[in-house]
Amino acid sequence: MTTRLRTFIMHVEDLPGVLNRVTSLFRRRGYNIESLAVGRTEVPGVSRMTIVMEADDDSARRIEANLYKLVNVLRVEDTTWRPTVTRELALIKVRTSEATRAQILQLTEVFRARVIDVAPEALIFEITGTRDKVDSLADVLAQYGVVELVRTGAVAMIRSANTVEATPTIQEQPQTNAA
Amino acid sequence: MSTRTGAQILWEALHREGVEVVFGYPGGAIMPAYDALLDTPIRHVLVRHEQGAAHMADGYARVSGKVGVAIATSGPGATNLVTGIATAMLDSVPMVCITGQVASKFIGSDAFQETDITGVTLPITKHNYLVTKASDIAKTIREAFYVARSGRPGPVLVDITKDAQQEKCEPVFSDEPVRMRGYRPEHSAKQDDLARAAELIDQAKRPVILCGHGIVRAEATTLLRALVVKTGIPVASTLLGLGGFPATHPLSLGMMGMHGEAWVNHAIQEADLLVALGMRFDDRVTGKLETYAQGAKKIHCELDPAEINKNVRADVALIGDVRETIEALLPLVEPRDHHDWIARIAELKGDAAVRDIQSMPHQGRLFAAHVMHDLWRITEGKAVVVTDVGQHQMWEAQYYKHDHPRKLVTSGGLGTMGFALPAAIGARFAARDEEIWVVAGDGGFQMTACELSTIAQEGVKLNIAIINNGYLGMVRQWQQFFYNGRYSATPLKSPDFVKLAEAHGLFGLRVSTRDEVAPAVMRARAARGTVLIDFRVEQEDAVYPMVPAGAALNEMIRRPSSIVETAEDE
Repeated sequence: MTTRLRTFIMHVEDLPGVLNRVTSLFRRRGYNIESLAVGRTEVPGVSRMTIVMEADDDSARRIEANLYKLVNVLRVEDTTWRPTVTRELALIKVRTSEATRAQILQLTEVFRARVIDVAPEALIFEITGTRDKVDSLADVLAQYGVVELVRTGAVAMIRSANTVEATPTIQEQPQTNAA
Repeated sequence: MSTRTGAQILWEALHREGVEVVFGYPGGAIMPAYDALLDTPIRHVLVRHEQGAAHMADGYARVSGKVGVAIATSGPGATNLVTGIATAMLDSVPMVCITGQVASKFIGSDAFQETDITGVTLPITKHNYLVTKASDIAKTIREAFYVARSGRPGPVLVDITKDAQQEKCEPVFSDEPVRMRGYRPEHSAKQDDLARAAELIDQAKRPVILCGHGIVRAEATTLLRALVVKTGIPVASTLLGLGGFPATHPLSLGMMGMHGEAWVNHAIQEADLLVALGMRFDDRVTGKLETYAQGAKKIHCELDPAEINKNVRADVALIGDVRETIEALLPLVEPRDHHDWIARIAELKGDAAVRDIQSMPHQGRLFAAHVMHDLWRITEGKAVVVTDVGQHQMWEAQYYKHDHPRKLVTSGGLGTMGFALPAAIGARFAARDEEIWVVAGDGGFQMTACELSTIAQEGVKLNIAIINNGYLGMVRQWQQFFYNGRYSATPLKSPDFVKLAEAHGLFGLRVSTRDEVAPAVMRARAARGTVLIDFRVEQEDAVYPMVPAGAALNEMIRRPSSIVETAEDE
């Protein structure tokens, strides 16, 4: 079965140690997390995680089932087959000189990256976008010398009025359509 | 209501959960709880090592079906529980472990006897809690018991800081059902899946039911019998499923897997349908997955959705309590009689008559298999047998025929040596009037032999059979088969077990011929106190048949003809 990058949206109880429980599960079952972003939500006491990882359909289903076994996990949604917007933010520090600065600014304009710090020998750019867009900008800037790069990891949301509710009214079972 | 200390609230909460007995060991961080223990009706069993406490709680839980409780102090007391907790986790045993923790202001400071035990036990508990306030104790204990026993059961650890035990507050005890917003233990099989399963069962020509631990856990033995009687499908058992279906029933095939009966494994490989009930297709059961029951459709009835399609792909998955699932399935299936298929299995059975105990000549030597057979015969198959891990465990599973659930207590998933003796002490408190036999090897017995003192102090009556072959037998067997007979660290020198029993004020006996087996067993049964029998068995006997790890289920090593005439196997 082919693997693909998958994005899970999870709602968990905002309690000490819950992040550890989630990551420990991925570690124990041998799944590698590409990125993970955590923060508070519109509901008090509930945190939202966006986890990106590589998995095939079967593993994805089992990960979901295993996540539901964690007592503090309220809701898991594999967004792979749903219309989703995904964004991440990156800060990139690039080496600049008199000769290259204009060129770099022109290039980053194309990506709609913003300059957020200017120093004689370096610029810091902020870029928001999909993973691919951030990758592309990093590639383009590589020739000038990327001094530092940090990215937040993806956050995701289902499009239109569809929601992933923090507190599901219907207790849905994880999907385990065999065969 | 007046204020009470956290420690008093703890015992009150345990009492409200119906706890009669706890197994534990005191120490600094749990002393407030031990002080309050003196004023409760709950019995405390003082163990000799905390691992023993966890196994006792486990043995108690497996035999009673209730939640077992172990208690220990912080640091080394807590870490000593770890093996017992992992054992319970892999066999889905409901258990609550209570540990003391250093005072909350010292947490994270590497204080004396501080261990991050919730961190340590994270992957081997169903859930765990750190409690730092007296006012959280009652609610947490209630949740812990609920989580431990509901859904797929498992161990839950509650770590309580010393200051939380000492702090006073006005406790609030609730009798309301526990509500936890993130915990969904109940599932029910879907109607159309049940219909599809019934259709597959009706169409099958060579079906086999696989009876797992879930049947025992869910108290589904009567319903399983009804299903078997109606559908005429023969039943194979996992190690932990033994007793879930009567071993002496004509449609009982016996144990499957690595040391399963040859005809059982052949039948599974020839089957066109497997109905797996409350089992998880462990590697010891399937052998090489790529060759496992290739011609069979699989119906997987399982409470834990994460087990579906983990090892073996299910054609129909019935996620839910296995008892409810069978109940729903029963009216949907047609009455059947699989005459040809049963005849085919009988043929396989006849072919594999090598394992017939009567045809195994002993010529003055003592075989462990004979000990097990005689034990079964003399106890009329009614005893609770608690086995350790290794060769004797497999011989017991093969030759002691369990007709009732909760009569075999053994560490299946984790394979924990040293389990039997303490687990049997726990079992004693769950089955006060039943005959209990500990069956252990000379190796495993020594891992927790210190609990003989617990037996003496608590006045516990057990019968102990040590299957003593002077080797770490199962590892020796693997070395014989797979490492060119190079015995590395397997010859084992043991103490004089008879004298060891006597040193504890218990009675010891030694048996080295078959003629002595029955009298010794009868003597042990008749004695008021604990009797230990040191069975000096054949040293280099092996457990047959054996599916080598990673081999196909039908590729078994069979007993060589030097001991007994064997029929040829494909």
